[in-house]
Amino acid sequence: MLGAMLHEAWRAMGANRLRTLLTMLGMVIGVGAVVLMMAIGQGAQYAVQQTISSMGSNVFVVLSGFTSPGGVRSGSGSAPTLTVADANAIAELDGVETVAPVHWGSVQMVHGANNWNAWVHGTVPAYFDARSWPIADGATFTDSDLRAATRVALVGRTVAQNLFGDENPVGKTFRIGQAPFTVLGMLAPKGQNLEGRDQDDIVVMPLTTAQRKVFGTPFQGSVRQILVKASSPEAMPVVEKSMEALLRQRHRLREGAENDFTLRNLTAVADTAAETTRVMSLLLGAIASVSLLVGGIGIMNIMLVSVTERTREIGIRMAIGARERDILAQFLLEAIIISVIGCAIGLILGVGGALLANQLARMTVVVSGSSVLAAFGVAAGVGVFFGFYPARKAARLDPIEALRYQ
Amino acid sequence: MPEEVIRIEGLFKDYDTPAGPFPALKDVNLAIRPGEFVAIMGPSGSGKSTFMNILGCLDRPTQGRYVLAGRDIASLDKDETAALRNRTIGFVFQGFNLLPRMNLADNVSLPLVYAGVGHEERRARAQAMLDKVGLGGYANSLPSRISGGQQQRVAIARALVNRPGLILADEPTGNLDSHTGEEIMGVFNALNDEGITIVLITHEADIAAHARRQVRFFDGRIVHDAPTQQHRQPTSAASRRPPLQREGGRGEGQPSC
Repeated sequence: MLGAMLHEAWRAMGANRLRTLLTMLGMVIGVGAVVLMMAIGQGAQYAVQQTISSMGSNVFVVLSGFTSPGGVRSGSGSAPTLTVADANAIAELDGVETVAPVHWGSVQMVHGANNWNAWVHGTVPAYFDARSWPIADGATFTDSDLRAATRVALVGRTVAQNLFGDENPVGKTFRIGQAPFTVLGMLAPKGQNLEGRDQDDIVVMPLTTAQRKVFGTPFQGSVRQILVKASSPEAMPVVEKSMEALLRQRHRLREGAENDFTLRNLTAVADTAAETTRVMSLLLGAIASVSLLVGGIGIMNIMLVSVTERTREIGIRMAIGARERDILAQFLLEAIIISVIGCAIGLILGVGGALLANQLARMTVVVSGSSVLAAFGVAAGVGVFFGFYPARKAARLDPIEALRYQ
Repeated sequence: MPEEVIRIEGLFKDYDTPAGPFPALKDVNLAIRPGEFVAIMGPSGSGKSTFMNILGCLDRPTQGRYVLAGRDIASLDKDETAALRNRTIGFVFQGFNLLPRMNLADNVSLPLVYAGVGHEERRARAQAMLDKVGLGGYANSLPSRISGGQQQRVAIARALVNRPGLILADEPTGNLDSHTGEEIMGVFNALNDEGITIVLITHEADIAAHARRQVRFFDGRIVHDAPTQQHRQPTSAASRRPPLQREGGRGEGQPSC
């Protein structure tokens, strides 16, 4: 029965090939647009998620305050208000997992004929955990390096490429000023942060080394920022409050006095970015769905024409024993076949378009199995939904009237 | 087996018109036994088409009883009447009503599709029926490639394929020239000889003369119901042989392609 009906639907569609193809085209464009837009939207979400996870999760950044010599206020971190002791005190708070004080600055470095200017982060081994930053090659420095202020460093990919070219930098040395530094390891590439800054353009070394042998900090023990990783997302608000209270107390700030440090919640920033891309991809999907809707209406329109054209045929079929549901199923099947074939073609074009966007415009695109499945589900749904009314109209025809129809 | 194929008692049919109900059939009573060959006659507007629609279970009476093959139509729902049409009645129309996009075998086997018969058996039974009406060689042709008389033979094959007890033929010769019409009547005669009940609607007296019983409608009532006075036996030399065994289409020319 189903075989005969499929055969019949195929024959009916073949009888008016151009019309069938044009009807399908509506579905092709609709599904293609939805798949393409979903791929681009999900790609954007994926890119943001990558950036967020590169920042490390549940992380606060505490920046030291600013100096205001003669009323000109320098940026955050310019005044040495934070210390390693502050970091150690924060580490004692409930809900804090890791703390990494960081002192940084921009430094010129040399290896052979190459020289390069990059950020140097002087910190402790916990830094890599706080920033969820794996080591690609080699090893990290240890607490004994920290105590002895040894001249060792880890380099980011950008620095490695600019100083060492294609060579493996692990075990090699480079100079800052006249001082040689041994490369212990290379950091895994992280890409850009949310502001678009290259996070791989970095050299990480022990805090003591940076302070004593690179920057020559006037106040020993002062740091520019402290990375604080909370144990869970739920602990973050509590940690934020207690950390602020602790630092105000340690810095002996009077009530009403301005903080001499800045607390930044990176997760909150990331959440905003993620929400923005999510809304954007929803919007893209919604706009594309409109074309799917138009395609569906096209199917309904053509099916109504088809029912009218085939009124007499419907009458004959009823006279020789077709039940209402046989007629209904026949027209519904035709609508579903049109929409599913249109969907398959649209899917191919949509995925092709997404790959093209990836190749030509360097867009991050994600074609997920679920969006492909959803597209097929929607297409079958559109076929049933927009095919149902015409099919029911056919099934409800009065056989006597239908047989008399010329 | 019920004693009657068709039993109609006190049948009325009104049509709703803007001017109020219009009575198309008034107190019609009729019984047809298996194996009869009945011609239903009458001028246009006499109610014979309405009566035909009710006989074919395409329409329902306003009042009265219609029992077809032992089943009271009033007790059946839409699906059951569809099944009854499928199994019990074979329709033959004036305009042949073959589906133009289907080849002859598919056209003939269409009732079997709705009866739920499998593909292989459908094909075999359709071929057998086409052979029976003498068009076995045209199974894969489209209806537009054969003549009107041949199309009507295919329509008869379609009506017979599900082995119904009753053939309802509505002006089956109306679109054919008189010679071809005679041939088609020869086919009906032969089928009747095999024991198939035939109800034929026509307004032509010489076509009705092929039937063994004539029922005449006038103004919604049966005004005449009697055996045919001068029963016409098939006259031509061709139809003296068993008409269903001939090679088909000889007298009607080759396919009109």
